[in-house]
Amino acid sequence: MLTSTSLVYLIALPLAGSTILLLGGRRTDKWGHLLATLMSASSFAVGLYQLFLMIDRAPESRPVSQKLFEWISVGSFNVDAGLLLDQLSICFVLLITGVGTLIHIYSISYMSEDRDRRRFFAYLNLFIAAMLILVLGDSYLSLYVGWEGVGLASYLLIGFWNQKPAYATASKKAFVMNRIGDMGLSLAIMIAFASMGTVSFSGVAEQAPNTSEAALTGMGIMLLVAAAGKSAQFPLQAWLGDAMAGPTPVSALIHAATMVTAGVYLITRSNFVFDAAPTAQLLVVIVGAITLIFGALIGTAKDDIKKALAASTMSQIGYMILATGLGPIGYAFAIMHLITHGFFKAGMFLGAGSVMHGMNDEVNMRKYGALRKFMPITFVTFGLGYLAILGVPPFAGFYSKDMIIETAFNAGGTKGILLGSLTLLGAAITAFYMTRVMILTFTGTKRWDDDAHPHESPWLMWLPMAILAVGSVTSGYLLYHNKLLVHWLEPLFAPHGEHEELLKPIVVSALALTMVAIGVAIAVLKYTRQKVEAIAPTEVSRITKFVRQDLMQDRFNEAVFMRPGQALTNTLVATDEVVIDGAVRGVGAVAMNSGSALRGLQNGFVRSYAALILIGAVALIAAIWVVVS
Amino acid sequence: MQLALEVGRTAAPEAVMFWILGPLAVGASLAMLLVKKAVHSAILMAFVMIILAIFYIAQDAAFLGIVQVVVYTGAVMMLFLFILMLVGVDSSDSLTETIPGLRPLAITAAVGFGGLMVALLGRATLGRTSVGLSAANADGNVQGIAQLLFSTYVWPFEVVSALLVTAAIGAMVLAHQPRSASKTTQRQQSIERFRGKSLATAAGLPAPGVFARHNAVDVPALLPDGSAAPSSVNASLKARGDVLDSNTFDLKKISTQVEEEK
Amino acid sequence: MDASNYLYISALLFTIGAVGVVVRRNAIVVFMCIELMLNAANLSFVTFSRINGDLNGQVMAFFTMVVAACEVVVGLAIIVAIYRSRRSASVDDASLLKR
Repeated sequence: MLTSTSLVYLIALPLAGSTILLLGGRRTDKWGHLLATLMSASSFAVGLYQLFLMIDRAPESRPVSQKLFEWISVGSFNVDAGLLLDQLSICFVLLITGVGTLIHIYSISYMSEDRDRRRFFAYLNLFIAAMLILVLGDSYLSLYVGWEGVGLASYLLIGFWNQKPAYATASKKAFVMNRIGDMGLSLAIMIAFASMGTVSFSGVAEQAPNTSEAALTGMGIMLLVAAAGKSAQFPLQAWLGDAMAGPTPVSALIHAATMVTAGVYLITRSNFVFDAAPTAQLLVVIVGAITLIFGALIGTAKDDIKKALAASTMSQIGYMILATGLGPIGYAFAIMHLITHGFFKAGMFLGAGSVMHGMNDEVNMRKYGALRKFMPITFVTFGLGYLAILGVPPFAGFYSKDMIIETAFNAGGTKGILLGSLTLLGAAITAFYMTRVMILTFTGTKRWDDDAHPHESPWLMWLPMAILAVGSVTSGYLLYHNKLLVHWLEPLFAPHGEHEELLKPIVVSALALTMVAIGVAIAVLKYTRQKVEAIAPTEVSRITKFVRQDLMQDRFNEAVFMRPGQALTNTLVATDEVVIDGAVRGVGAVAMNSGSALRGLQNGFVRSYAALILIGAVALIAAIWVVVS
Repeated sequence: MQLALEVGRTAAPEAVMFWILGPLAVGASLAMLLVKKAVHSAILMAFVMIILAIFYIAQDAAFLGIVQVVVYTGAVMMLFLFILMLVGVDSSDSLTETIPGLRPLAITAAVGFGGLMVALLGRATLGRTSVGLSAANADGNVQGIAQLLFSTYVWPFEVVSALLVTAAIGAMVLAHQPRSASKTTQRQQSIERFRGKSLATAAGLPAPGVFARHNAVDVPALLPDGSAAPSSVNASLKARGDVLDSNTFDLKKISTQVEEEK
Repeated sequence: MDASNYLYISALLFTIGAVGVVVRRNAIVVFMCIELMLNAANLSFVTFSRINGDLNGQVMAFFTMVVAACEVVVGLAIIVAIYRSRRSASVDDASLLKR
């Protein structure tokens, strides 16, 4: 494999930026944001440079690596800290640094009134660096470092405004649920080492065919747990809605485009494991399918614009996870959808931020209405993203989502039909709630608060939105045309035979568009005909109430995990205090009491001592007699 | 002199002596425990010592028997009595026990001890015939002991003599009462004499007989002012009222008689 | 009767002396009981000397007597000294080393 010496700059630049800004403190407040943006942009430049180099090379010599240092060398366990840039990682690198730089630019203006702006940019750079470590690592252990790093950055950024206890709690919730996923990843690494003796990607890929299916299935399940934690999939999805407590750029970058896609990256990177463990793959598909419906349902009842978009993210990543579980052909489509989703979802989040900026940080959509006249650029960019997510041709989502639906159907048999139907249903519900968001926000009558005066955002904010909108429009076609992405990623995955086509692509597209149309129609009917209340109506059907409570996800988590966990902790604490400390204190008490008892012998009277001597003498003579006889 | 007539068996005289004096000794020692006055205990102790001396003599330990009487009964018990006198002849213990549970404990332990000793000693000697000291005392008991004492046991003998000297010195040191004040100098004594309560004894007390009227113990001396001197008669006599009137021995009467005769 | 009768008496006297040490409170009487114990031991020495037919036992008894005399001297001096400072001859009064 070719080696390169410039890979490390991808990570080192944003990391240096973060360090300078964190260590520099208030002194760097004046120019901190500019430095951070520059670092992010430079990293993007290095990534682009690497892309051009890569394109020039032949497919089999495209991957480059760089060994940084020898990390762990213990007995038979040798891990080098190294970087690997292949066709899959370069996609992610460009997505992370590209969208990341745009969001840095956006944040210069969005966070301009915040006195901790410099710290925000430091954390953003930290995030970029950690995410790059994640996608550039050449072993599971290096990936784990990045994994933890993005978890940390997410915690710091969600709880950025930690003056508010609710936000701090939200960041803790995200971190704790991520931890469960991290445990899965650790176990997967341990299984890899135990059964294959290596944790590097190349090593595991080599050894996978020789390992038992049970070990590979175990590893696959653990990787799925990790992915579910990081990507907010069922059953670890409850944190994503609360993560919207962070500033909007954070939601755009981390919880839409990049961090939550790390799970998809992990599964794709471990394709050799999943291909050899069909049970694990089936579980992946099930998780993806459940989540895409789950997220879509939650999205229908959210009045908070950011939470609606978060639910949408959850659902779209469900699509991606579903795709990764469909075998070698699915990985490329998952990545395609990931990239297009990165564009339109980030664009929509930035748009939401723009709307909030104009409406005094109000997030309740019931207080919006008729904003398209007042924020035209936001309306256009958001709208383009909306069309992309719906899957309307020729926008980006059309190509990527329809490929997933098609591959789902082509999985064959009842599984195929079931999955295909679920994806179509998901498309319909997505259309419904996204249309609802559009209608409530940009059309209809004004339902604003008295002090709201919406205005368009400054150019630093709408420029990135515009660039992302261009991506929403064109990226799908570009990646699909001539099967560009599929061929680009082909050398990485196992060869896949031609699937029999259950349904012709045109039929699939027609079905999808029909479902979308149905969804749009229902939303339009519901929200344009009837008056939309500024305060959410309370007399609604039981189903609505159920969905409004996020399908009871928090109540479930609380009842099944949190309370038993708390009870267990309380029991352990009580045991520690009563039993263990009690035993220790009991030993002390026994010593003291026996001491007190024995002290009674010392009554100061010579005669009692003499009596004791006499008794001792008797005992001694008796003992001697016994021994001698 | 063989008092233990036969080897291994004490003769009837010895048996009689033993069975009379033995119980007496035990009874006396028990009584020593039980009497209230310490002096009575001392007397009973002396009694036990003498009985033991008789036992020693009966067993051909003549030297030891005499030494027992001289040293133990004579010196040690007398020493005890002297100290009792110093400490309080009338001192008596109450016989109630202050430490709870001590008396039964002591009696049990002691009875156990005694039982053990009896059993062991019996085991050691039962069936053994005693050799008797006729051979060892061939040259006489004193000579026999001297033989041993100055050959095998000469070193312990010397050490024990050193011990005796040490004990004597130790007793002197322990009983020594240091002066609480330093010895008064002559100047100090003189000052006390003339600055004391009264000048009556400034020149010191008169020699005995200066104020005496009679050389009987119960006739008080008369001071210059005609009153009886209180310090001239023993206090116990005064307490008993056995003091005579010294005016009956007045010299004036005697002197007028002489003048009349002229 | 045989010589071991003396041994039994010696054991008995020793026992009585031991009880006396523990039971009596007057220091001098305690001391006398200790002397009784020593004498009982002497008696058994002499008896054993008779039983074994050699004079070592009597020499031992002799030494015991000498040492007992020294001990009485020093012990009584101590009792006098204590009596002078405390004005009491009871052994129970010296109980300051209690808990």
